[in-house]
Amino acid sequence: MSAPLVSIQDLTVQFHGARRASALNQVSLELGQGEVLGLLGESGSGKSVTLRTLLRLHPERHTRTAGRIRVDGQDVLALRGRELDRYRGGTVSMVFQEPGLAFDPVYTIGQQISEAVRVHEGVDQATAAARALAMLERVQIPQARRRFDAYPHELSGGMRQRAMIALALACKPKLLLADEPTTALDATVQIQILLLLRELQRETGMSVIFVTHDIGAAVEVADRIAVMYAGRIVEQGPVGQLVHQPCHPYTRGLLAATVGHEHRGRPLEAIPGSPPDLAALPPGCSFAPRCSHASERCHRDIPPLEQQGARTLACWHPVRLLGEAA
Amino acid sequence: MFAYILKRLIYAIPIALSVTVVSFVLVYLAPGDPLNAIAPADAPEEVIQALKSAYGLDKPVPVQYGLWLMRAVQGDLGLSIASGREVTAEVLSAVSNTLLLAGMAAAIGVVLGCILGALAGYRHGTWIDKAATALSVVGVSIPHYWLGLVLTILFSIWLPWFPAMGAGPGGSGEWLWDLEHLRYLVLPALTLSVIPMGIITRTVRALVADMLGQEFVTALRARGLSGGAVFRHVAKNTAPTVLAVAGLQIGYLMGGSILVETVFAWPGTGFLLNTAIFQRDIPLLQGTILVLCMFFVVLNLLVDILQPLIDPRMGRS
Repeated sequence: MSAPLVSIQDLTVQFHGARRASALNQVSLELGQGEVLGLLGESGSGKSVTLRTLLRLHPERHTRTAGRIRVDGQDVLALRGRELDRYRGGTVSMVFQEPGLAFDPVYTIGQQISEAVRVHEGVDQATAAARALAMLERVQIPQARRRFDAYPHELSGGMRQRAMIALALACKPKLLLADEPTTALDATVQIQILLLLRELQRETGMSVIFVTHDIGAAVEVADRIAVMYAGRIVEQGPVGQLVHQPCHPYTRGLLAATVGHEHRGRPLEAIPGSPPDLAALPPGCSFAPRCSHASERCHRDIPPLEQQGARTLACWHPVRLLGEAA
Repeated sequence: MFAYILKRLIYAIPIALSVTVVSFVLVYLAPGDPLNAIAPADAPEEVIQALKSAYGLDKPVPVQYGLWLMRAVQGDLGLSIASGREVTAEVLSAVSNTLLLAGMAAAIGVVLGCILGALAGYRHGTWIDKAATALSVVGVSIPHYWLGLVLTILFSIWLPWFPAMGAGPGGSGEWLWDLEHLRYLVLPALTLSVIPMGIITRTVRALVADMLGQEFVTALRARGLSGGAVFRHVAKNTAPTVLAVAGLQIGYLMGGSILVETVFAWPGTGFLLNTAIFQRDIPLLQGTILVLCMFFVVLNLLVDILQPLIDPRMGRS
């Protein structure tokens, strides 16, 4: 792997409105060219904040961002004006969770894709429209010609998400951010969209950061998984290792709480308690209040993120080689 | 689309008919006798009877309405009792003056309202937002005849920049599009524009602030669209609602200017209504009310037709 495409160092994001909330705490991540990273965690763990910070989508007046983000050699946090516009959608683009809300309702799908192409590549209307139509065909939208002139509300959820992917890929980004792209869809459509994303990723060789709380989806598309909890990455490693030998108690809890064949007939193990308030994080490990292995040290000191082979882990008492019976 | 317009047009017919009934009958509900205005109180019975039959007042009200409607459809609204001139001609000349005033006031109000509202929406929560909101609240709550008087004192008496009365030099002759005539338009148009400006500022502000918080605007930014391009999207999304509100406001301006037209002696429909009421000039009153109501019907029809052209979610289903 040459120089990483994405390198995030000590990224800290705080929102300050009526209260101050620490959404991300010292997050560091690297992503190589063509790599697919799954960001896994509960709601409020900082997955979407990470993606949105990568595109600088948070309102600047209410957000304090510290740390460094480099994508494709550019210092993302320093981008201004036209540079930022070229970066958004050109170098990095995003597939949103709710395709029904992420399209402008009063322009047709075709108009919106061609507009993005025109803005980024400076081509004329006809060329942009041709590219938009080709993209709709590429994401396997049937009768693409007709869908081109359709308004977002005239398409089904799955169709809209395909169009969203077409829009995101129209300007050949190097990095695709997918923010729970299948959560709002029917189960059958979810699998189709996942397969489509994986296929397009292999064809184009782009890198993908895929945010989800669905472990099945992450395993399906990701090379590597990073588990987030309360604005921190707690464990990170190759998919196989992480799923079969989770070391962090939180990762184990997440896996145990997933419906799977091996659990048939046994009650699901839920993680007791709920995630901490981001405005008042505990002084030590954020997971300690819910963790059955927690010691006094866990409540006092934040465990550092340590490299262990292909994996990084932030835990004082990792669960080692206690692999599942199955 | 054609079928939609046709449907709207057909819907407009019963509305227009009920408007004629109301504008005819309403006048009869008011106390007072139109003959008081033309016949002396001690006129002999035969004279009153002769006058009654001359104006058709001796027939039952439904028959009077039928005759009035038949002539109104042909553009004949009868003769003014007070002046003896044709009501149609009087109303039309007043309407053109009011259209001029209302059009100018609406232009000022809508343009300023949209600019202020968009600024406030974009700078939600800042001092710009607070200033624009305060201005719009003041604009909506201030009585506009009072504002008209204050403006007259300021810019006509203390600072003699603009004339305070009439629609042109030498009273109210033919309107001309020159600087001399436009000076007469400034104060009344400014006074009238304050209410629509306030209402449109508030509408646009709320819409823009709400729109900017929506996911699709974030998505537009994420695509790399510049601030100006995002604004075009926001504007097209807010346009249908702003159009509906503006249409209603223009409707109010058409008939709601009685006080302002009286303050500035502007020879429009409001001024005419005022005169007709005080003189118990029933044909003139009915004619003026009818024409004003028809404005509302037509304006609403226009808004209904324009809205789905902007917002594809309306009308197609």
